[in-house]
Amino acid sequence: MIEKALSGNKQYWGWIALLVTTIAVAAYTYIRYQYQIGLGITGLSRDVTWGFYIAQFTFMVGVAASAVMVVLPYYLHNYKEFGKITILGEFIAVASVIMCMTFIFVDMGQPFRITNVFLYPSPHSLMFWDTVVLFGYLVLNVLISRVTLTAERKGIAPPGWIKPIIILSIPWAFSIHTVTAFLYSGLAARPFWLTAILAPRFLASAFATGPALLILLVLILRKFTKFDAGREPVQKLAIIATYAMAVNVFFVLMEVFTAIYSNIPEHMAHFQYLFVGIEGHATYVGWMWTSVILAVVSLILLFNPKTRRNESILVVACIAVVLSLWIDKGLAMVIAGFVPTVLGHVVDYIPTLPELLISLGIYAMGALLVTVFYKMTLSVRHQLRTEGYK
Amino acid sequence: MYDSGKVIIGVLVFLALLLFPVWYNLASGEATTQGPELAKPVKGEACVLETAYMRSNHMDLLDDWRERVVRNGERIFAAPDGQHFEMSLTNTCLDCHADKEKFCDECHTFMAVDPYCWDCHIVPETPTRQEVTYVN
Amino acid sequence: MSIDRRKFMKVSGLTALALAGGKGINVLAQEDSTSVAAPKTGSFETPLTAKRWAMVCDLSKCREKEGCDVCIKACHERHNVPDFGNPKDEIKWIWKEHFEHAFHGQEHEYITDEIRHTNVPLLCNHCDNPPCTRVCPTEATWKRESDGIVMMDWHRCIGCRYCVVACPYGSRSFNWRDPRPHIEKIDESFPTRTRGVVEKCTFCEERLAKGLLPACVEACPAKALAFGDLEDPESEVRALLREHFTIRRRPELGTAPEIFYIV
Repeated sequence: MIEKALSGNKQYWGWIALLVTTIAVAAYTYIRYQYQIGLGITGLSRDVTWGFYIAQFTFMVGVAASAVMVVLPYYLHNYKEFGKITILGEFIAVASVIMCMTFIFVDMGQPFRITNVFLYPSPHSLMFWDTVVLFGYLVLNVLISRVTLTAERKGIAPPGWIKPIIILSIPWAFSIHTVTAFLYSGLAARPFWLTAILAPRFLASAFATGPALLILLVLILRKFTKFDAGREPVQKLAIIATYAMAVNVFFVLMEVFTAIYSNIPEHMAHFQYLFVGIEGHATYVGWMWTSVILAVVSLILLFNPKTRRNESILVVACIAVVLSLWIDKGLAMVIAGFVPTVLGHVVDYIPTLPELLISLGIYAMGALLVTVFYKMTLSVRHQLRTEGYK
Repeated sequence: MYDSGKVIIGVLVFLALLLFPVWYNLASGEATTQGPELAKPVKGEACVLETAYMRSNHMDLLDDWRERVVRNGERIFAAPDGQHFEMSLTNTCLDCHADKEKFCDECHTFMAVDPYCWDCHIVPETPTRQEVTYVN
Repeated sequence: MSIDRRKFMKVSGLTALALAGGKGINVLAQEDSTSVAAPKTGSFETPLTAKRWAMVCDLSKCREKEGCDVCIKACHERHNVPDFGNPKDEIKWIWKEHFEHAFHGQEHEYITDEIRHTNVPLLCNHCDNPPCTRVCPTEATWKRESDGIVMMDWHRCIGCRYCVVACPYGSRSFNWRDPRPHIEKIDESFPTRTRGVVEKCTFCEERLAKGLLPACVEACPAKALAFGDLEDPESEVRALLREHFTIRRRPELGTAPEIFYIV
C-alpha cells in the first residue's frame, strides 16, 4: 500500500522534501554531535536532569492517547459521523507513539543498552510498564489501522476478530497516559508532581490537544486535498476539545488551590517559579502567562456556539488550545518539577539549539509518517470513488 | 530455464558482492591465515584457566567475573589449579598481560571486534611494557 | 550464569576434563583464599562486613576547621570522580552544603550562626527504603540485601536518569560528557565511568571488601565520620546514636536514610 504515497503533485513532494531535510539535519546533529559528545550538549544539568526531550515525550503520549476520542464514539457508540476520520486518529496514534519512543531514545545516556529494559525486566519500575504499554499501543494501532484500511480498499467489512482488539485499544489508550503520569506522580522527592490528579489532568489535556490537532489536520486536508471529512465530525470534535479543555483548566486550578492555600513552601515554590519567578529566576513566567491567556481565549471561542461553528474562528481556537497545552505540558510540567531543586536551589534550564533541532527532527518524522499514512488512506478512498471496488 | 545466461551472470554478480569483504581483504593482503602474534605475559606461570579456553572464551569469564563482583559482591576466583585470583580485569589480567596493545588489541583488531571495556577500565601504565617479548 | 564446573568442562573440552581428573576443578570454591593475587592495600581475607552499614556525622567536629574538604578529595581521588569545573556537568559523591540546603525546610530565621554557617557533608544516604532502586528499569541500581549498601552497576545503566529524578537528596550524578579528560590523576585500581551513566557513593564497598574503612571516614582529620553496623548494638555508630540526639535528612519521606547527623 506504501506505493500510494509515492505519487503526488509538486506541493506534496515539496512538503516531503522539507520534512526529510529537517530529519536529516536532526539526525546529523544527533549522530555527529550529541552521540559523540554526550547529553552535555543539551541544556540539562545535574539539577535539571530531564527537560525538553522528556517533556515532548509526555506531550506526545497525550496526543497518542487522544485517538481514543474518535475510536470510542465510533466503535462503542456507533457514531457514524466519525467513520471517515477514525483511521486518521489511529494514524496520529501510530506516528505519536513512534515519536515518543524516539524522544526516549535520544534522551538516553546509553541508547544502545535499551535492550536491558527487556533483559532485566523490573516490574517495580514504572518506566518498565510505560515501555510495555507504549509498545502494546503501537502494535494495537498498527494492526487496527492496517486491517481496517485493507478492508476498506477491498470494499468489505473488517474481519470480526478485529473488533475485540479495537475495544481493547480503548482502555489501553487511557493506560498509556495514566502510566506516563505515574512516572512522575509516584516520586516522593518531587512535590510538584506528587499529586493524585496528575493522571486525570494528563488525560484531560490530551483529550483537548488531540481533537484540536485532528480538527486542524482535517481542515488542512480539506484545503489541500480532495478529502472532506464534512462539517459534522469537525463540530463534534470541537465539542470534545471544549469540554476536555474546560476540565483541564479546572484540574490545573485545583492544583494551584491546594498548593497555595495549604501554604506548604515546597509545594508553592514550583508554581511561584512558573508564574512569578523566584529570586530573579523567571525563565518561564512569560510562557506561562501566554499559556493562561491562550487557554482563556480558546475556552471563550469554543464555548460560544457562534464562534465555534465558524470554522475560521474554530481554527484559531484549536491553535490556541494546542499552544496553551504544549506550553503547559511540553515545556513547564517537566521543568518545574526540578526547580527549585530537592535541596532548595533555584537553577535555570534552557534547551540548547542542538536539543531543539533534534526535537524538531523528531516532530518532522512524525509529520512525515502522518503525511504518508494520510496519503495512503486518501489514495485508497479516491481510487474507490473513481474506479469502484477491486 | 529462460535467460539462463543472464540468471547465471546475475547469481555470480550477487555472490561477488556478497563475498566482497573476503576477496577484498585477501586481495589487499590485509587478511592472512596466520593468527595475530600476541605478547607473552610478563609474569605468572599459568593463566586463571587453561590457555585454550581463555583464547576462545575469555569474554565469558570476564562477563562472569563482572556479574560476581558487581552484583554478588564476590572477589576471589579459585582457579582449577588451586591458585586464587582477584576477579579484576585491570588488577589481575593486565597485571600479567601488561601489554594491552600487543595482547588484547592485536587479536581484537584481527577479529574485528571492538569491546568497550577500556571506556572505564584502566590500562595501567606499567614500566615492564618494554621488556615484553613476542610469540613467533 | 556463573562459569561453573559443568559449563567450564563443556566449553573447554577434553583438556579440561583431563585437568579435572588430575587436580579437580574448584572454580566455585571460595573458602580458602590462601594465595590471593596482589591486592594493593588491605586484604580480601579480612573484609569488613555488617548487617546494615550506617554512618554518623558529628557536625560539631566537622565544622572545627573551616573550608575543610579532605573527605571530598579522598573520595573523589580514590574513585576517579572528574572535576568539570562547572555546576552543569558536575559529578560528586560527597560534597558540602549549607545547613539550609542540607536540611531543607528545617532552617529558620533565628537559628544560631554556628549552625547556619555549618557546611554539612552530604553523600548517598544508602536508604533502607531507597526510591532510586524502585524506579530503575534495569536493576542497574539496587540495595544489597547482605549489608544494605545501595549499589550501582555501571555496565548495565542505560542512562535514563530516573534514579536521579527519584532521589530526594540530590545524591546522584550523571556523566553528561566523557569524564576521563577531566580526572586530574587516575587511580589505576578503580575504573572510571563512561559518558551516559549515573554514579554515586557506594560506601566504598570495594574497600570494605578488603577490610578498609570508607575513604572519607579514614581521611577525616577531625574523626567526624563514624561508620559501622547499625544492627550491632556494640558498634560505634550505635554508641553515638545512644549518646546523642541525631537527625536525618527528609525522614518524612519514608526512605529511612542511614546517615545520621549530630548537629
